[in-house]
Amino acid sequence: MSVMPPPLAPADPQESGKMEVGEHWRRLHPLSPIVRFGRVLIGVVVVAVPSIAEQPVLHHDDGLPVSVIIYIVLLALGGIGGFISWLVTRWRIADGNLQIETGFIRRQSLRIPLSRIQAVDVISPLSGRFLGLAEVRVVSAGRGAEHGRLAYLTAAQAPVVRARLLALAHGLEVGTPEPMALPLLHVQNGLLLPALLMRSQVLAPVLIAVVAVAAIAAAPLVGAGALGSAVTVFVISALGVARAFNEDFDFAISEAGDGVRLDRGLLQRRHETIPYGRIQAVRVVEPFFWRAFGWARLEVDVARQSVSREADRDAQQVARTLIPVASREQALWLLARVMPDAHPNPPPEAGPPPRARFKAPLSFHFLAAWFGQRYVYARTGRVQKSTIIVPLVKVQSVRLKSGPLQRAFHVATVDVDTAGRRWQASARCRDEAEAVEMVRHISERARLSRRVPPPRPASAVVLPAAG
Amino acid sequence: MTTVVTQQIVGPGELKRLSPRFWLARQTQLAIFWGPVFIASLVLALLVNVTTADLLPVVVALTACTAWLVERGRYRSWGYAEREDDLIVTRGLMFRHVSVVPYGRMQFIDVTAGPIDRAFGLATVQLHTAAAATDARIPGLLRADADALRDRLAMVGEARATGL
Repeated sequence: MSVMPPPLAPADPQESGKMEVGEHWRRLHPLSPIVRFGRVLIGVVVVAVPSIAEQPVLHHDDGLPVSVIIYIVLLALGGIGGFISWLVTRWRIADGNLQIETGFIRRQSLRIPLSRIQAVDVISPLSGRFLGLAEVRVVSAGRGAEHGRLAYLTAAQAPVVRARLLALAHGLEVGTPEPMALPLLHVQNGLLLPALLMRSQVLAPVLIAVVAVAAIAAAPLVGAGALGSAVTVFVISALGVARAFNEDFDFAISEAGDGVRLDRGLLQRRHETIPYGRIQAVRVVEPFFWRAFGWARLEVDVARQSVSREADRDAQQVARTLIPVASREQALWLLARVMPDAHPNPPPEAGPPPRARFKAPLSFHFLAAWFGQRYVYARTGRVQKSTIIVPLVKVQSVRLKSGPLQRAFHVATVDVDTAGRRWQASARCRDEAEAVEMVRHISERARLSRRVPPPRPASAVVLPAAG
Repeated sequence: MTTVVTQQIVGPGELKRLSPRFWLARQTQLAIFWGPVFIASLVLALLVNVTTADLLPVVVALTACTAWLVERGRYRSWGYAEREDDLIVTRGLMFRHVSVVPYGRMQFIDVTAGPIDRAFGLATVQLHTAAAATDARIPGLLRADADALRDRLAMVGEARATGL
């Protein structure tokens, strides 16, 4: 029942200067509550100031308006709450676990086994950057597991903690320094913005608007209606572009011994690591207008748990973009770095039978599925071409599906599930006999590949061909 | 036709069917719902003095018969096969599914039984993998069979377990 934690390690400035992240219990940075609740604070101010300004001044005895007092009390309560939450939160790395204890009334003790760590991210939100703070976020595997968030540490301490967690997760010596990262690619912001603007969800409303303006001359009412809805859609997609630009600004990808490093963000900088061998699937996306320029995007799917808590929603939204935009050659070269020997160009026999054109008339031209010794490939899409590549080692289950319409055309769908949350490789509209063969061969090859662990990518040994 | 497809994956004799008691349980479920509905429609037809109201019990009876046929088709479509390295589950009448789940990928196994299942001594075995989309569920097993299957699966699962 004791609420007070045991004595902490001596808060010696010399020691923290050496950035020791030892096995003693430590507290987070004292300014953490300000950053954590900064958004709420701004929200309160935004609500409070106009309402105070508008209200007729109701003077209390001592001269302050009642509403001001209420807001001050609210802020004070929030401040005390934040201070207490900081006071009772402590963390350490010990016994092969990252241990976090928090909560004042409901004590919560979080133990994250280091061996289950999927990735360790360092995130610096805007307010944190002003104060020199950063968050270390541990993404672990398994259902019901929770994110370990160390929010916030000093900007200098965070990379040290990350290096240590990664070293321990890989079973290396405690003192192993963070491995050197070889820069692979850097996305020019001058390329990112036009590429984002050229996504079809942005250009389609623009086209509709142009048509609508032309139509206003002929049929004013219909044209005006179309214009209105096009403007609405345009505003929504413009916000999406702004968000994507903010997230993927100054995108740099590098390769270290322990995984692929991603550095990105305009307001909120993120430094993410995707460990090798934890990638469940890779997707090559080629939107309609990008294909004219030969651009492509790479996304990865890593194993992660379902997210129920509000605080973790943000973590779920993190699109694991491997590269937001690059030339197709660069994207394929990058793909070869994370998935050696993957060839996302379909062999001629990978297409569905011609009769599938009637079952899937809009996506028939892109449908393809094939598999090799190490990967399953499935290409789908109507306007946007997307190829999902799943390593056979990561296959969780294989499923053959056929609906009534599909049976009429003697075709079937083969789904390949992985532990990732975002996609499954779906080989749609295969010939029935071929689908059966696919299920057989994929499950057989997946079984064989589980026996022999795949070689790790030769990282940091081979120099990249391009900067 | 898809039975043919299934058999190409599984092999003709290997597929195990559900216990006939499961069909009994399903029929009971149907009767519990459709019996009162039919009686209500009959009473309504007798009370209301409109000729078209006489059709109501007929329509209800036909719908109930269709539901019965669909349930029977569903019951017959269920099947599972324990192979050397994986479990195969087939299901679905309109949308047929054949799932192949390797033992090495099993994370945990659930055995559940609802009130009607319990009255008939039945249970459902469900396999979970790290993939959320995996839908390996075998309903309508005799309680003892379900427990035995669970134990067997847990044993081979442990022997073949692989990391993510």
